[in-house]
Amino acid sequence: MTLDILVPIILTVVGSATPLLFAALGELVVEKSGVLNLGVEGMMIMGAVAAFGVAVSTGSGTLGIVAGAAAGMAMAFVFGVLTLTLAANQVATGLALTIFGLGLSALLGAGFVGIPVAPLAKLAIPGISDLPVIGPLLFAHDALVYLSLAAVVGVAWFLKKSRAGMILRAVGESDISAHSIGYDVIAVRYRAVLFGGAMAGLGGAFLSLSYTPLWNEGMTAGRGWIALALVVFATWRPWRLLAGAYLFGGVTILQLYSQGAGVAIPAQVLSMLPYLATILVLTIIAAGPWKGRLDAPACLGKPFRPST
Amino acid sequence: MSARYLEVSRLEVKGVTKRFPGVVANDRVDFAVGPGEVHALLGENGAGKSTLVKMIYGVLHPDEGTLLWNGEALQIADPHAARALGIGMVFQHFSLFEAMTVLENIALGMDKPGDMATLATRVRDVSQAYGLPLDPERDVYTLSVGERQRIEIVRCLLQNPKLLIMDEPTSVLTPQEVSRLFETLRKLAAEGVSILYISHKLEEIKQLCDRATILRGGKVVDTCDPAAETAKSMAQMMIGAELKSVTRRGGASLGEPRLVVEGLTLASEDLHGVDLKNISFSVKAGEIFGIAGVAGNGQNELLLGLSGERLADHDSVLRIDHRVLGRKDAGQRRQYGLCSVPEERNGHGAVPGMSLIENGVLSAHHRMGLVSSLFIQAGAAARFAAEIVKTFDVRTPGTGVSAGSLSGGNLQKFVVGREILQKPTVLVVSQPTWGVDAGAAAAIHQALVDLAAKGVAVVVVSQDLDELLAITDRLAVINVGVLSSAMVTQEASVEEIGLLMGGVHGLDTAPATPDAETAHVA
Repeated sequence: MTLDILVPIILTVVGSATPLLFAALGELVVEKSGVLNLGVEGMMIMGAVAAFGVAVSTGSGTLGIVAGAAAGMAMAFVFGVLTLTLAANQVATGLALTIFGLGLSALLGAGFVGIPVAPLAKLAIPGISDLPVIGPLLFAHDALVYLSLAAVVGVAWFLKKSRAGMILRAVGESDISAHSIGYDVIAVRYRAVLFGGAMAGLGGAFLSLSYTPLWNEGMTAGRGWIALALVVFATWRPWRLLAGAYLFGGVTILQLYSQGAGVAIPAQVLSMLPYLATILVLTIIAAGPWKGRLDAPACLGKPFRPST
Repeated sequence: MSARYLEVSRLEVKGVTKRFPGVVANDRVDFAVGPGEVHALLGENGAGKSTLVKMIYGVLHPDEGTLLWNGEALQIADPHAARALGIGMVFQHFSLFEAMTVLENIALGMDKPGDMATLATRVRDVSQAYGLPLDPERDVYTLSVGERQRIEIVRCLLQNPKLLIMDEPTSVLTPQEVSRLFETLRKLAAEGVSILYISHKLEEIKQLCDRATILRGGKVVDTCDPAAETAKSMAQMMIGAELKSVTRRGGASLGEPRLVVEGLTLASEDLHGVDLKNISFSVKAGEIFGIAGVAGNGQNELLLGLSGERLADHDSVLRIDHRVLGRKDAGQRRQYGLCSVPEERNGHGAVPGMSLIENGVLSAHHRMGLVSSLFIQAGAAARFAAEIVKTFDVRTPGTGVSAGSLSGGNLQKFVVGREILQKPTVLVVSQPTWGVDAGAAAAIHQALVDLAAKGVAVVVVSQDLDELLAITDRLAVINVGVLSSAMVTQEASVEEIGLLMGGVHGLDTAPATPDAETAHVA
């Protein structure tokens, strides 16, 4: 009985956590390379509108997903040219990217409002997916959910074990040192920023193709900002980020169910929770015995101009 | 010179010119390094040494001229290409990544590090073979400056270099560590490795180097055989003028104790900093008191505790002229006459983005009366900055330029001068001549000596033992937050001081092999 209620709740948590996970994982890699891209919201919503538009026009969800990632990357490329090639201020550029993305997506998506799209197919494994509880929980999601989880493993491995990941961390830790040893700081950061854009775009695509298979202006509804908070909450570690994404996703769902159940907590209080949790984590880290060393990349947000 | 220089040079620099906007950093520079030769590059700050070696290492590219490697002209496109040729470099400002492990740092500086487990073994082997103990698994931010330098050296050695460039390598080492480093370098030279050695410590160059090329204003002004020169003659070639040696007042009697520190105990705010343990000393009027020690043994904490950036537990811990100031902050201590110069001039001693005038106001507003109730006295502030510039020969286009635009030596002269002109009763200076050229260093030393002669108690915290031996009356050694008893400088032996400096500290650098010296001291 309780299971019958819990399974759909958990499924909605997965749905609400997945876009956060995509966007935050991308941003984590970007920030590890020393770049602060506050344009996550803008990249996400461009991903959402591009994915939706292409999926509706072509009838192919896969093409929609690809388009979402590409749109996020295109936005990230603009950010890269401004902040990496031209060394513009990253905070201001990121904020501009968000505002630009929200506006442009509303313009491009004007014709798609109210049109339905077929949600992404669930990858069902005959037999296993029909198992009670475990089946729907573990083996009946669409491809993007599995991709987001695989991406956590991939990013964790990349950062910790691969040489390219080590170089990326080095670039974020000390751009000047990395440059003097002979690494191309700007090229590494471009790749990270483009990856971040693609991931934000995928998060957007999941929103408009799977979570709520519809296009609405401003439909990301601040998820890009939650993703940014999530990276800090997770202290730049992929596995903590996975836990955080599901926690924050859960809080979002709690808000819906508590309203439905008539619990007298204002919805606004619940939507504050992810941010409150982030502030709390930051406070704990700053006050604890390990004070002084947040795991933040030392060069985060600093523009780099190589001398030649 | 001996016959081996007649062979093809390992590296030859021919007519290399490098321009930056507004400056010619290198102007048709020529010199050559033979196989197995230890070659010194000498020059003041801003003479173009760093630019030159950066071009050899491929970080910068020459505008004109050629580099010849074993007689062949080539372009060194980037540091990867340099390493592929067999050029290794130990940077003055270490190219390390704080939040990463020693092993990762070493792997990052290599083009083919192989798998990490094998590399860790090789790191241990090489560090043992050359007496440079290192634990590959430690995070770099937990290490002292001396240990960090070892990372860079080991990183180079792992790649079997043919030419090793060392930029100011000994400034953070104890005398024992220096002689061990020199043994390593001589061993490498005997194996045929060429060494390009940049240092401002002329005695070391005399000991170690076969030849020296002297740069001034981006040009080669002279070459010499360091063994045949005196330190003074080389310094004069370097600055192109007569070098004033520090003149001490002879046997002037010292006054009453002016600064008394009794039982200063301070937990470090930095997770990996050093806690100060029950530090006591006193400095008399007219005395220069030195505090020696290897970097990272509590000097930063001591300076914070003396300047007032950190408060002591009790008021009576720190006294100036019988006035108890232990619980008074930096501003109040300054009012009572205790002025201080921190180690880091950019960002601690001075705000890089603010003008010299503003930087003058920041520390001298009270003592020099530069601020009325609400407003900065613009005229007085400008005059004060101009006076510092004039009195201490700060080379700057004006007092309105930002502090960050000055070269290290000039900014240091400004910061030290700012404190001295405030007529302190006690002056605490950390690393007064760190990264400062010989001319500026001599000027700063003279200023400190003159200040003491006026009855001021001066505390000099420095890792440069030669400096302390030259200017202090008494000195003590700080090691893992404990201050040794003070000794009269003229009676102290370098060996004794060196053992105090290196003794206990050796423990945390070589957990696997307890140092012979440690046992000796303990």
